[in-house]
Amino acid sequence: MSKTFSIGGIHPHDNKISKDAAIENFPLVETAYISMSQHLGAPAEPIVAKGDKVKVGQLIAKASGFISANIHSSVSGTVRSVEMLPDLAGNPVQHVIIDVEGDEWIDTIDRSNDIVKDIKLGKEEIIKRIAECGVVGLGGAAFPTHIKLTPPPGKVADVLLINGSECEPYLTSDYRIMLENPEEILIGVRIMMKALGVSKAYVGIEENKPKAIKSMKGVADKGYTDIKIVPLKKRYPQGGEKQLIDAVTGRRVPSMGLPIDTGAVVQNVGTALAVYEAVQKNKPLFDGIVTVTGKCMTEQRNFRLRVGTTFDTMMFAIGGFPKDAVKLISGGPMMGKAVACMDAASVKSTSGLLLLTEEETKRGPERNCIRCAKCVEACPMGLQPYLLNRLARVNRMEELEENMVQDCIECGCCLYSCPANIPLLDTIRLSKAKVLKIMRGRPKK
Amino acid sequence: MNTVLFTILSLSILGILLALILYFVAQKFKVEEDPRIDDVQAILPGANCGGCGFAGCRAFAESCVKAETLEKNFCPVGGNEVMKQVAQYLGMEMAEKTPQVAVVRCNGNCDNRPKTNNYDGFSSCAVMSSFYSGDTACKYGCLGHGDCVLACQFDAIKMDPRTGLPEVDESKCTACGACVKACPKMIIELRNKGIKNRRIFVSCVNKDKGGIAKKACAVACIGCTKCQKVCAYDAITITSNLAYIDYNKCKLCRKCVVECPTHAIWEVNFPVRVPKKETSPLVEQ
Repeated sequence: MSKTFSIGGIHPHDNKISKDAAIENFPLVETAYISMSQHLGAPAEPIVAKGDKVKVGQLIAKASGFISANIHSSVSGTVRSVEMLPDLAGNPVQHVIIDVEGDEWIDTIDRSNDIVKDIKLGKEEIIKRIAECGVVGLGGAAFPTHIKLTPPPGKVADVLLINGSECEPYLTSDYRIMLENPEEILIGVRIMMKALGVSKAYVGIEENKPKAIKSMKGVADKGYTDIKIVPLKKRYPQGGEKQLIDAVTGRRVPSMGLPIDTGAVVQNVGTALAVYEAVQKNKPLFDGIVTVTGKCMTEQRNFRLRVGTTFDTMMFAIGGFPKDAVKLISGGPMMGKAVACMDAASVKSTSGLLLLTEEETKRGPERNCIRCAKCVEACPMGLQPYLLNRLARVNRMEELEENMVQDCIECGCCLYSCPANIPLLDTIRLSKAKVLKIMRGRPKK
Repeated sequence: MNTVLFTILSLSILGILLALILYFVAQKFKVEEDPRIDDVQAILPGANCGGCGFAGCRAFAESCVKAETLEKNFCPVGGNEVMKQVAQYLGMEMAEKTPQVAVVRCNGNCDNRPKTNNYDGFSSCAVMSSFYSGDTACKYGCLGHGDCVLACQFDAIKMDPRTGLPEVDESKCTACGACVKACPKMIIELRNKGIKNRRIFVSCVNKDKGGIAKKACAVACIGCTKCQKVCAYDAITITSNLAYIDYNKCKLCRKCVVECPTHAIWEVNFPVRVPKKETSPLVEQ
């Protein structure tokens, strides 16, 4: 019997309608808008100025601070300006705007299609290269990968988990790379194993992707026997770090703890591919696989999209907005963000564009809570969302903290399962931020 | 008959016994409390709004009694009158404060500020602003879900259905500041009520550059500095493309109101302007 995590979870329809569309290269854009805040942590500092000529893969912004990542140009051309522009939520973020001229890559990138199997670099060099190439976690949060691969002092990693579950409905970008680039992913996993100094790695893939399991297993059996492919039962949010650790190894991350507390490091398959490209091909992270999908669309696509393409350009390239689409979501339907500003550009961790019709997005009217406990049953962190919601609405901060509001991973299972349409996640997320502020304001013991 | 007598007797003895126990326990564990706290609390309005910065009227009364001066204690709801009574009772000096009122500094109604997207989530300004900048191109303006209305205990602030913006009822507003705290965009400000309730303020909080601000909203402050130049009292400052009128310095001359090209500066409770020919318009009656 396949494994899965032990508490909570829901079973939304997976709707992987774009799974048979092969990855195609997105056409070159005329202007690229490259955000300086494509990762968790401090925004990168631009090192180019107006009028500078840049090539594809050239470093244009340096990481500033401990948690930050380098940013490279995704196009070749002239820098038009460096200015504040809205991101997809409308908040101003510094962008480097580049007018595209041709497609000239820097010489150090190996553009051949040969698979480089030998890992020549040592442990330190690998982490240095990953940091230089600006690789971030492509599972959604965009946490800089080099930091995750250097466990804090006193903590030791003994297992590497690779998330290929893609539990988010609609998205198929990870699925496509598992079909098309299985060997590259596994080499990427090996590189990360070497960087961490672990001897075991598991790739968790949900059972609704039998072809991906077969493709990955086929390669893993031929020469990558130290990497195990683990089929997992389909269940959302399997791809959450804590849930994946539970599902694959049976270990439980303590409350307020980090995955490393259990000795596990979790990375996404997309990140593994980016690590392979960075270390073996010397290619910085400046593009990603993006699923463009939606039931209202006639054609489902998977693109290799360069960073800095605006949502407007993307919609134009696929033939404009379908008539009945009312909402555009960057990411999947569960954890993705609705796009409020069409002039905003894609970032490293953009994994999908989902178009929804009015019927699909409609939220029913809110009714009273009848304590059916469906949210409690669905919560994968073992919290009581109904209670947190009630406490959040009357600002009972101490009680929220006692009820572990900080453990919420914002997966949306409670909201999905609530028959009374109570905006549980909205209120919980808000109070989580408030409680965190209070906790940080306390003097340290 | 015997049963009735027996019952009454036994219950009376029990009652007396328990009363005695209660009396001695009460004596033993008596909490000495300044009787003045009760008296001060009786003077206070009893709204328990927290506008003074304390947990409620009782806590405020306690702090008044304990304090050496009343400089830091002020009940915005009761105002100077109530504070005078408190000060008189406690035999202390009080710091008089100018009465204030909450002012909504946004005029981005549907005509002035076109919508750029539709928000269909939970109707709450705090939740909405946690997601994104708002459903118009102005990321500083009112979101219109009425968190301020919910925060007001005095029924003084209401959403105007025509403009979609909150409106303050001056006669009910006590300047407790609950709405100021509730607004995630920090649009509401407490300003001096002014002479004859007359006020002049910049009804905009947009810090974007002029062009961007004007594109987002027809009545936005574009930071053109015209008002600053015309002001004879040095009351207007412009920081990050936004004008601000210091209510302590403003002499209500209304020159800036005329000068503002986007009509972002408002005058409230002034008599209707008469054309220049007949009389001098700026002389107040």
